[in-house]
Amino acid sequence: MYKILKKECLTPTITKMVVEAPMLAAAALPGQFLIVRANEKGERIPLTISDYNAAAGTVTIVTQAVGASTITINSMNEGDAFADVVGPLGNPSEFVKWDEEKIRSSRFVFLAGGVGSAPVYPQAKWLKEHGATVDVILGARTKDLLIYVDDLRSACTNLHIATDDGSFGFKGNIPAMLEHLVVNEGCQFTECVAIGPMIMMKFSVLMAQKLNIPVTVSLNTLMVDGTGMCGACRVTVDGKTRFACVDGPEFDGTNVDFDEAMRRQKQYFEQERQAKAAVEESEADCACKQRGLK
Amino acid sequence: MAERLSRTVAPNQDPKVRATNFEEVCLGFDKEMALREASRCLNCKNPRCVASCPVNIQIPEFISKVAQGDFTAAADVIARDSSLPAICGRVCPQETQCEGSCVLGVKFEPVAIGQLERFVADWNRANKPADAVKERPALNGHKVAVVGSGPSGLACASDLAKMGYEVTIFEALHRAGGVLVYGIPEFRLPKDKIVEKEIADVLAMGVEIKTNVVVGRTVTIDGLLDGGYDAVYIGSGAGLPRFMGIPGENLNGVYSANEFLTRNNLMKAYRNDYLTPINAGKKAVIVGGGNVAMDAARTALRLGADTTIVYRRTEKELPARREEVHHAMEEGIHFAMLTNPVEVLGDENGNVKAVRCIKMELGEPDQSGRRSPVEIPGSEFEMETDIVIMSLGTSPNPLISSTTDGLDTCRRGCLVADETGATTRPGVFAGGDAVTGAATVILAMGAGRKAAKAIDEYIKSK
Repeated sequence: MYKILKKECLTPTITKMVVEAPMLAAAALPGQFLIVRANEKGERIPLTISDYNAAAGTVTIVTQAVGASTITINSMNEGDAFADVVGPLGNPSEFVKWDEEKIRSSRFVFLAGGVGSAPVYPQAKWLKEHGATVDVILGARTKDLLIYVDDLRSACTNLHIATDDGSFGFKGNIPAMLEHLVVNEGCQFTECVAIGPMIMMKFSVLMAQKLNIPVTVSLNTLMVDGTGMCGACRVTVDGKTRFACVDGPEFDGTNVDFDEAMRRQKQYFEQERQAKAAVEESEADCACKQRGLK
Repeated sequence: MAERLSRTVAPNQDPKVRATNFEEVCLGFDKEMALREASRCLNCKNPRCVASCPVNIQIPEFISKVAQGDFTAAADVIARDSSLPAICGRVCPQETQCEGSCVLGVKFEPVAIGQLERFVADWNRANKPADAVKERPALNGHKVAVVGSGPSGLACASDLAKMGYEVTIFEALHRAGGVLVYGIPEFRLPKDKIVEKEIADVLAMGVEIKTNVVVGRTVTIDGLLDGGYDAVYIGSGAGLPRFMGIPGENLNGVYSANEFLTRNNLMKAYRNDYLTPINAGKKAVIVGGGNVAMDAARTALRLGADTTIVYRRTEKELPARREEVHHAMEEGIHFAMLTNPVEVLGDENGNVKAVRCIKMELGEPDQSGRRSPVEIPGSEFEMETDIVIMSLGTSPNPLISSTTDGLDTCRRGCLVADETGATTRPGVFAGGDAVTGAATVILAMGAGRKAAKAIDEYIKSK
């Protein structure tokens, strides 16, 4: 079970894996996440589902190596198996419950930042298949760090690319590109969804508010069980404490306390740093490195 | 007769030593102690202990086998009614159940039934022949799904398996056992040595456990009923933690007891070879007075924190077992009674630095008969700490009730079920903490057994 059927290195630190998980694949919907535990001694790592195929019994995950457990996940290869994969967890995106009329008359704009670009894919694909007009703004610091370009191009109506350094597409960050599309190009978006690093979502929400577009965010908080049991994923939304795992992961971005969310994400910073240093020494044989990728 | 007066006391690890390790606190009886203690039982004609055991173990019968030195026979007697004797011998609140009703306890001290049960289970585990294969009854062609592999689900599943049902347990976490593995600490209930072994016995009866399946997400109750299961038993426990709703509760360093214990028990944060991070701080404050609060406090202590339990009533009202309170005190945990947090205070980085508390006094009795604590105006003070662990109880998770039509819940989120476990949906039964709210391992097992009987009757009458 949970065998890695396909692995692709998207950047030196981001990998895409197709994993065998039939029950999960049969139940998954856009917006949901899963939890992976690489081996007996690893942490339970929540990852947003990047694609699912009920017929093939597979799910796709895209993982950025930021700490010991994610480095371990990314060092695994085709043919290896994870100890555990559980899900789908969290609520599906709101729009899966909308009627066709509402979906068809909507124009979505997805703001896809960094590793958050991958979970945008199943949402954009689902919406386009159901008749919505879907724009995606894909952003990264520089051209080499852009991921999922082809997948997103096929899944949406209009793909826009922004890089901070202008090495590809629009020069500027994602919120700036959103402003450009609305103000200069007259795009009339009815819904905005931002998925990416907390700081990117924070500024995306501010921009969407300025432009008067309803905005949804997908929160990637710390978690243990992912089923509402522990409360590690507490976030303040609209002044109330919510659990990202069962009340989210998607929330109306307008009232999310991002400063608190960012602070809570760094709760184990020191321990994570130490664990990362230890694992980097022992697991230096990732396939990306073997293939000579930097 | 003099022999009958004093109860045999099982040795414990020295408090100073055990406060620094996660080894089991109580070392249990040896053979001589067990024989001596078993000889104290009066073998009453109408044993009150059996009636007050939620799974009705034939206590005098197994104790008389112990007294005869026939420990295998004693284990067989227990096995008729309980599939988890080594667990129950350790974590049951015997003082309010079997031992609490022991006739000897009226004038003297009750028989140490819990320690005897534990001894028999451990002895049997160590001495039973490896090839002792349990006879499996012929399958009756019916399938039952059990949600949750905690004590309730395991008890229900093993009874159903004994009746010939094909039983599959669905577990949300990656390891079977529910609260036995995520909640109760290693030093009270060893995981590999005890829990895993007793679960293996349930598996040996033909029960299958599928981990990593979240019912309500991966599959639904309706999906199970449509997918070939004749009935479903929901033993999903009470896993949703409560918080106080006071300012500062989302600061870094505030945990639910569930999170703190899960990181340490299930995810083994106390072991260096596991990647799970945990912060116990130099100083830890635990809010609450139940068994879970004691577990969290004693865990924080073992991780190196100077630990204080803050409780709004007095020591007398602490809902935890006396033994747990006593052990916690012996180990050096401080108790701040008649004290209630009003705010958690953080430093400039958002880490906990103190708890602002208020002194309480006991006022008029409330509905539960306990005197309600009342704040003493102007008595606020700050207690320095790095970590706050909220242990205020838990309620059932709404994942199942919210994804199943026709399954009624009460105001507190508990599933509505009658005394046999039947819910408001035909074919769906429930029991344990999912129905009662947080209670004990043995009550959950009792509910699982009752429901197994009701499920059998339901399927046969279909």
